Amino acid sequence: MNGVIGTEEAGRSGGQGAAGPTALQAALAAAKAQGRAALVGYLPAGFPDVESSIAVVEAMVEGGCDVIEVGLPYSDPTMDGPTIQRAADTALTAGTTPPDVLRVVEASAATGAATLVMTYWNPVERYGVDRFCADLAAAGGSGVITPDLIPDEAEEWFAATDATGLDRVFLVAPSSSDDRLGLTARASRGFVYAASLMGVTGTRAQVSGAAEKLVARTRAAAPAGLPVCVGLGISNGAQAAEVAAYADGVIVGTGFCDRVLDAPDLRTATAAVRAFAAELAEGVRLGRTG
Amino acid sequence: MTSATPESTPDARGHYGRYGGRFSPEALIAALDQVAAEWDKARNDPAFHAELDALLRDYTGRPSPLTEAKRFAEHCNGARILLKREDLNHTGSHKINNVLGQALLTKRMGKTRVIAETGAGQHGVATATACALMGLECVVYMGEEDTRRQALNVARMRLLGAEVVPVTIGSRTLKDAINEAFRDWVANVEHTHYLFGTAAGPHPFPALVRDLHHVIGAEARAQVLDLTGRLPDAVAACVGGGSNALGLFGAFIPDPGVRLYGFEAGGDGVDTGRHAASITGGTPGVFHGARTYVLQDEFGQTLPSHSISAGLDYPAVGPEHAWLADTGRAVYRPVTDAAAMEAFRLLSRTEGIIPAIESAHALAGARTIGAELGPDAVIVVNLSGRGDKDVDTAAAYFGLVGDEEEGA
Repeated sequence: MNGVIGTEEAGRSGGQGAAGPTALQAALAAAKAQGRAALVGYLPAGFPDVESSIAVVEAMVEGGCDVIEVGLPYSDPTMDGPTIQRAADTALTAGTTPPDVLRVVEASAATGAATLVMTYWNPVERYGVDRFCADLAAAGGSGVITPDLIPDEAEEWFAATDATGLDRVFLVAPSSSDDRLGLTARASRGFVYAASLMGVTGTRAQVSGAAEKLVARTRAAAPAGLPVCVGLGISNGAQAAEVAAYADGVIVGTGFCDRVLDAPDLRTATAAVRAFAAELAEGVRLGRTG
Repeated sequence: MTSATPESTPDARGHYGRYGGRFSPEALIAALDQVAAEWDKARNDPAFHAELDALLRDYTGRPSPLTEAKRFAEHCNGARILLKREDLNHTGSHKINNVLGQALLTKRMGKTRVIAETGAGQHGVATATACALMGLECVVYMGEEDTRRQALNVARMRLLGAEVVPVTIGSRTLKDAINEAFRDWVANVEHTHYLFGTAAGPHPFPALVRDLHHVIGAEARAQVLDLTGRLPDAVAACVGGGSNALGLFGAFIPDPGVRLYGFEAGGDGVDTGRHAASITGGTPGVFHGARTYVLQDEFGQTLPSHSISAGLDYPAVGPEHAWLADTGRAVYRPVTDAAAMEAFRLLSRTEGIIPAIESAHALAGARTIGAELGPDAVIVVNLSGRGDKDVDTAAAYFGLVGDEEEGA
């Protein structure tokens, strides 16, 4: 960990970003000040339906998530494994639309947790890139993670996120060249998302050995102070602790979806989600001392 | 050299005007770069062309003939109809041209495993064939719905040694098979090549697949000059993803006097919403790694496509077609299931050639072009595949299985 979060990044953006750090930047800085990694939890909006997804997000925050990624369910999620595919499919079948996603963002931000949207690119383009950013900022969102948008294709996205002061999170992977790590990290604001392994979302028995090396390579290529958060395959407190030892944030998604899928009713689901978030929150606090 | 390739029209990052590009996860960028770099090397390597040309000649059976269809022409307002016979290729369609080239690239890249998607099974069978020939491991993803509709092609791929994986998520058709193949690729990219079957997807696939099919138009152009002493007035092809059409169009794009026609699957009619005509009935969006025309709802969710032809049943189209449509260089029109099936029956009865239902869309389109251009016109139609695989569908459609034919 080095540098100061939220100065260079915020200074490069116009609009609201120029006024100070986003909620995301502040949350990552606060976790760092506590000497720990931040806990980032993912749930598709509208899973299992819009109102229930708000209850689940609230349980994630109560359990200890610092940052919430609200997924925008998409018909063709090529980066997701079977669990999140099923969750997104459930949300789409329930009729979830981008306005519903923004409603979940608003509810999530109202808990005080920094809130991002995670979305495939086509729904943003269809909604209108500028309009999407404006509406997300108005809903209290801090930024957007775009798993199938690379900086090479993101000119319009840079302008829209700069104009609204939103963070924009691109992904790096173990297969990324050093040049691409630098390019992608310089294009990112808020944090850069390090995919721990070559594969889709889903739980794994072990955290990939590639993750720690990727984080080190990314830090070497990134602007000083840009946080690096790690996702893919992290599904329990011990794994969260392991990753928290070298990353600025630990991202968990499938584990939350699993608990909702397994629960017979919403009450059971929120209890299980709260307990799981607490286990992970303990993990990210053990990482630096363990 | 029959497999010599044209200068590429996209920019260095695979854009055709506003279309194309790479909307892919970062994890795949290194692999896409590797394919692009290897293709750049191979296309300038005489040894690669010698090897591919030998395969095209001795294994595929190229050049494929250009057959004049005189009796069918009577139903095209008397225009001369010349059929480019890709149906006579080994494995029964144009697909083998692309597959042999990419299988050679796979070996050049030192990869040992190939994955592919298939809808009707033509690309899957061609890929399984090339992998058997070259000793590559082969896994084919196929929507569960399609494995049921095309059970014989599943058996054929398995006979050839391929593993066929039914995809049970989403609409369980071609688009979901592609989604699943991308998921496999990102996890196994170190030793696996994704042998993409059409001129769509992220750069460099649209250009790579087009280039490997360029042989279709290059041969046809020489053949039509030889036969008629002049260039054709029009060339016609069916368009799903659009690989056979780009293969034919490529050699004629520089000839301003040659009209290019792409015929999309109109299904029950574009106004019914049950169709696969992405250019006619879709809107620009991003799908399967490229910006192009997509069938999508107001929120950007992909809409289900429909066509009687499994090979055209895809909710998007290759980005170069989107660009050719916007620039006006090519014209795209929908052909309904009914018109395609009528042309299917007509060619069978007038020429003794049973076309693939995909190709029957181009034949139906040729009838309308013939009516517009008049009896002096020369029209080249890409007969992209043969109809053996479609006999079940046709028998059900025309009621051929019982005691009496009902017609439709």
